[in-house]
Amino acid sequence: MALLETHNLDVTVAGIRVCRGLDLRIRPGECWGLLGRNGAGKTTLLHTLAGLRAPDAGAIRLGGDPMGELPRREIARRLGLLFQDTETAFPATVMEAALAGRHPHLGRWGWEGAEDRRLTEAALRAVGLDGMHRRRIETLSGGEQRRLAIATLLAQDPALALLDEPTNHLDPNHQTGMLRLLQKRMQSGGRAMLLILHDINLALRFCDHLLLLFGGGDTLQGPASQVARREHLEHLYGCRVAEIPGGPHGPVYLPA
Amino acid sequence: MPASGAGPSSACGMPPDRSRPLLLLGGLAAFSLLALLISLVCGGMTLDPEHLWSALWAQGGLEHDLIWELRLPRALSAFAVGGLLALAGALMQVLLRNPLGDPYILGISGGAATASLLAMLAGASAAWLTGFAFGGALASMLLVFALAHGQGAWTPTRLLLTGVVIAAGWGALISLILAVSPAERLPGMLFWLMGDLSDADRPALPLLVLTAGSAWALLLAPGLNLLARGELQAAALGVEVRPLRLMIFLLASLLTAAAVTVGGSIGFVGLVAPHLFRLGAAGDHRLLIPGATLLGGSLLLLADTLARTLLSPQQLPVGVVTALLGVPVFLWLLHRTTPSRAPG
Repeated sequence: MALLETHNLDVTVAGIRVCRGLDLRIRPGECWGLLGRNGAGKTTLLHTLAGLRAPDAGAIRLGGDPMGELPRREIARRLGLLFQDTETAFPATVMEAALAGRHPHLGRWGWEGAEDRRLTEAALRAVGLDGMHRRRIETLSGGEQRRLAIATLLAQDPALALLDEPTNHLDPNHQTGMLRLLQKRMQSGGRAMLLILHDINLALRFCDHLLLLFGGGDTLQGPASQVARREHLEHLYGCRVAEIPGGPHGPVYLPA
Repeated sequence: MPASGAGPSSACGMPPDRSRPLLLLGGLAAFSLLALLISLVCGGMTLDPEHLWSALWAQGGLEHDLIWELRLPRALSAFAVGGLLALAGALMQVLLRNPLGDPYILGISGGAATASLLAMLAGASAAWLTGFAFGGALASMLLVFALAHGQGAWTPTRLLLTGVVIAAGWGALISLILAVSPAERLPGMLFWLMGDLSDADRPALPLLVLTAGSAWALLLAPGLNLLARGELQAAALGVEVRPLRLMIFLLASLLTAAAVTVGGSIGFVGLVAPHLFRLGAAGDHRLLIPGATLLGGSLLLLADTLARTLLSPQQLPVGVVTALLGVPVFLWLLHRTTPSRAPG
């Protein structure tokens, strides 16, 4: 059974059509890359898939259940969302912030238990923030905040993760490191993920499926090897793209 | 104990400890009792702390009457008002996700002040003033709610701007009323505007509102923790944001209305008490709700004791004392929290 399924989904934002009649099925073990130019509506689509805004038409099912009928807490147990940016208006420590990921699993007014702490500590260790538990989040660098957000998502431990530009603010080493970590954690045990990425080559290296948003409602989806063709990418970004064969993970695409 | 191991003191190397929140809240409760004791002892006639206990339970007598008729009701009122303001401030700060949020920022006190001043101008009795103040606060709350909610979208920025503009409108009306009022009515009006507890002698109702309000806020606390990180983030982590936001708005508004009805617009407690607790102890709202409430209550109690005794027998409006104390405290907080000085 698909973790997330859309049927005939129409999404518009501020009068701009994001997708029309989209049928998407994300199955366990898959990693989807969502690509599109700035303003095509990638984030809007991601938030719609997470149930944070209503589609104009069509249906979304999460783990077989209609999205609209699930309480938010239940959605959060099944689906995790990494936002493009994090807010730090109020002081908190790294540990406090990451423990927030356990909220959907707690009793309504419960306190986090030893198991919640253990999972959260493991998540912080996995992103390389162990030893920083008591640091204040507003003192973290952009890249550290990004890794904290990823740790929060890992602590949340959903079956499906939707990630909005997870490599933002990360250096090249951490970009591949975090994607490898997510691949290991989110593509095993019946999980899956969908990533918004701007780096075609990272997307091709980590994603087995691609969904291209051309803007104006047109989309193209399928296995990465079939969708990632030079002419599609040129249409997608509206610029010439050079295909250089012989890269370590297949051909390398560079805007010309 | 999970999140509370956090905060600046633990950032200095204190290990997280399950007993720390209890110690913290117990310490604040003791501090509140100490403030209460000081306020019972100090005044135009200073009582001997050793005789306080016997005077409390004596049959009649000057000291007994002084405590039971005058100082205790006023002290409990001051504590209740301070607690109400601190709690409302903590809620407003999360609702608007703005550290500068305070109970008055959305114009609730302005509505109460305008209604009270109109009542004073008409020569209404003190009993009527209370009703007018509460009615004005409620009217302002509904006005802000309706206007901010008008188009369906209810972002913190829209709510904040609506509230601030309404508050400015009340400010103009207040100036107008002051300008046309006869001179003999002005001192009473000014005292009301500055915040004044000299008529606050019936603490039962504000204490009841405070107790019920803190209990309600405690139930919302896990959601508040997430809402402080942003509405979308909270929703993504399982919080039903719209009903939570609505409840915070209603609760904070009612708490503020109760506070200004008793003590006028007393400044700074609602802004500073939640920040003091956040910066000195923990940002976890399961601790912050009771902690900031106790802190706000005892701070206003101490400020009111100062207001009564500083120039005794003349009484200062307590709002002046809280503002005079609040300004340096807040500047110190701002200085302390500049990123370069943050721990780590």
